[in-house]
Amino acid sequence: MPKLIAIGLVAGLFSSLFGVGGGIVIVPLLILVAGFDGKVATGTSLAAIGITALAGTILYAIEGNVDVAHATLVGVPAAVGAIAGATVQQRISPRALTLAFAALLSVLAAWLLVG
Amino acid sequence: MSISTALLAILLGLAAGVLAGFFGVGGGILFVPTLVGLGLSQLDAEATSLLAILPTVAAGTWRQQRYGNVRPRSALVLGLASIAGVAAGVQIATSLPEDTLRRLFALLLLGVAAQLAWRSRRPAPYPSDP
Repeated sequence: MPKLIAIGLVAGLFSSLFGVGGGIVIVPLLILVAGFDGKVATGTSLAAIGITALAGTILYAIEGNVDVAHATLVGVPAAVGAIAGATVQQRISPRALTLAFAALLSVLAAWLLVG
Repeated sequence: MSISTALLAILLGLAAGVLAGFFGVGGGILFVPTLVGLGLSQLDAEATSLLAILPTVAAGTWRQQRYGNVRPRSALVLGLASIAGVAAGVQIATSLPEDTLRRLFALLLLGVAAQLAWRSRRPAPYPSDP
């Protein structure tokens, strides 16, 4: 229980500071610190992120930073994609996709640093 | 916004969702750069990304629940505890200069890219999804 609270606190800070769900922090911590199985860590992380992202959305909306139209534009196709992604996972090489994803993130990072 | 920009945004959203489902994340890491590309400031993109994450994680959780991979009580403790961290993060993000926030986010992207590359060179330390 104290471990889960500590992980939640760190994930929450990370989430609102960067506008991400926090899964990249929660999943490894649940496995390494709380001893969760990988699949259960992923599933539980997703459910926790729902609460985290909702809290962040509300607090940022109060500050006037949330753009609902843009969120809908990317969020709704993403929900469809998420179901597809979990299905494709069974069929293609995870290594190729992981490396492609890493390359994409590196390019985006360079663009944000320069731009 | 032009039709082609909107279509590109929808495609990137779809791609973010596919990656989210594949890697078991919310998709924010791709939403933020997409929204910045659409003309939002870094802070507005991060705030808006959090709202866009909600349908993605709802779909993901619904799917994982069926596989019995969700521990509801643990998720509740994690989620409720995160609210204090979220409040602190909002205070920090809104007080940081735009450039600093953008560079910090770029460093996060590089960190995640490095972690993914590292994971792919060995057997994965944890499976991302069934």
